[in-house]
Amino acid sequence: MQSSNQITLKQTPLYSLHQELGAKLVPFAGYLMPVQYPLGIKKEHLHTRQKAGLFDVSHMGQVRLTGKNVATALEALVPVDIVDLPKMQQRYALFTNEQGGVMDDLMVTNAGDYLFLVVNAACKAQDIAHLQKHLADQCEIDVLDDRALLALQGPLAGEVLAKFAPESAEMIFMSAKTLLVNGIECFVTRSGYTGEDGFEISVANREAEGLARALLADDAVEMIGLGARDSLRLEAGLCLYGHDLENDTSPVEASLLWALSKSRRADGVRPGGYIGAEVIMAQMANGVSRKRIGLKPLGKMPVRDGAEVVDDQDNIIGFVTSGGFSVTLNYPVAMGYVQTEFAQVGTKLKALVRNKKVPLEVVKLPFVKQNYYRG
Amino acid sequence: MSDIKYSAEHEWIQDNGDGTVLIGITDFAQQQLGDLVFVELPELGTEINKGEEISVVESVKAASELFAPVDGTIIEVNEALEEEPELINEDAMANWIVKVKLSDPSDLDDLMDEDAYNELTKE
Repeated sequence: MQSSNQITLKQTPLYSLHQELGAKLVPFAGYLMPVQYPLGIKKEHLHTRQKAGLFDVSHMGQVRLTGKNVATALEALVPVDIVDLPKMQQRYALFTNEQGGVMDDLMVTNAGDYLFLVVNAACKAQDIAHLQKHLADQCEIDVLDDRALLALQGPLAGEVLAKFAPESAEMIFMSAKTLLVNGIECFVTRSGYTGEDGFEISVANREAEGLARALLADDAVEMIGLGARDSLRLEAGLCLYGHDLENDTSPVEASLLWALSKSRRADGVRPGGYIGAEVIMAQMANGVSRKRIGLKPLGKMPVRDGAEVVDDQDNIIGFVTSGGFSVTLNYPVAMGYVQTEFAQVGTKLKALVRNKKVPLEVVKLPFVKQNYYRG
Repeated sequence: MSDIKYSAEHEWIQDNGDGTVLIGITDFAQQQLGDLVFVELPELGTEINKGEEISVVESVKAASELFAPVDGTIIEVNEALEEEPELINEDAMANWIVKVKLSDPSDLDDLMDEDAYNELTKE
């Protein structure tokens, strides 16, 4: 019997596998998810950078959009080129709002007959409602809740997957393919959220555990939790929605200009035409008052999400949005927003941590070099 | 008879028999925290009062405060933890964090013995 106060947490198809592997399970975006396994966050993080880590990211939303003009339709919601996204290619995109802020970041794949979207778990309901509100009259929107999503990431991911699906070896970064992985049909993209080479594998729920077990049987593969997933993406300088991206951060402030396709800019072939375009295009023309930057604290003490950043007159000129300890580099790293005049690499600032002023420096992102496979 | 006492905040306190104690965190605590990446050590000579923050131990994901289980003065800190905070994960009972000169040795009477602490951490 459930009282109205009880929160029912959802489980992914790998829930019993997580329990069997001794995962520490925590609530995350409405799901009970593994934050770490007995290996621990540090070893899981290092294993992914050195060999191959397997992540259950089935809590994320997978959506299929079908229709004659589906690419044009989606372009009304993202400042990204979808119309000319080549077949079997994937692209990073952003749902924008009227204020030019970011509602969510997502991945869009042109799968030929349809567009395949992967959205953040925490924004799933909002994103689906957003799609339905704006696109329901132009295309079919299928929420693929009968599919799981596994991520295999690391320098040995290519070698491992090739054993189960030889054709995967032909794929380059940001490409997609339907493959038989260990005899199971999967939709695979060569991409991820760690900065390493790797794949995201969409598979039917009923096949997910079997596929995970088959991959885990390979010596090079370990199961990795969400704790290490976060520390890996921070090292890679990748944004986490809800932290480095929010409803009131614009893509220009977030230093995501590279994601705003040329064709959708003021001088492009299909300028604007997406929600918040006027605001964002004005920012591209006139600049913004704050920018997302990398921060490296002096010493070993981490500076975390929420810490205020001050100049040498102790004026608050920014704040940290992601912070932690880089396991790979063995020093603390952070990302945050500072007023544009302080955003230059090399600028020396301080962060307020528990009544102390920690000196830090603006640095380039990423902290750890990206190793995407480009052929 | 063990000369180690415990606090409800998962610290162990070893009575050195000379008016000083060593303080660390328990194995239960290190398991809860996960892999440690930083330990903030107090300055020598700091006066501490029961319930006040004396140190911070940080895992990859979060910072956790250590509260003084006794009144006293910090007379030594375990400097090995500056470079290797993970020593606490490896052996929480062997790697003390601070050495304190007690201002009132009877403070130890308010702390738990091993059996009581084990009861506390039993699931």
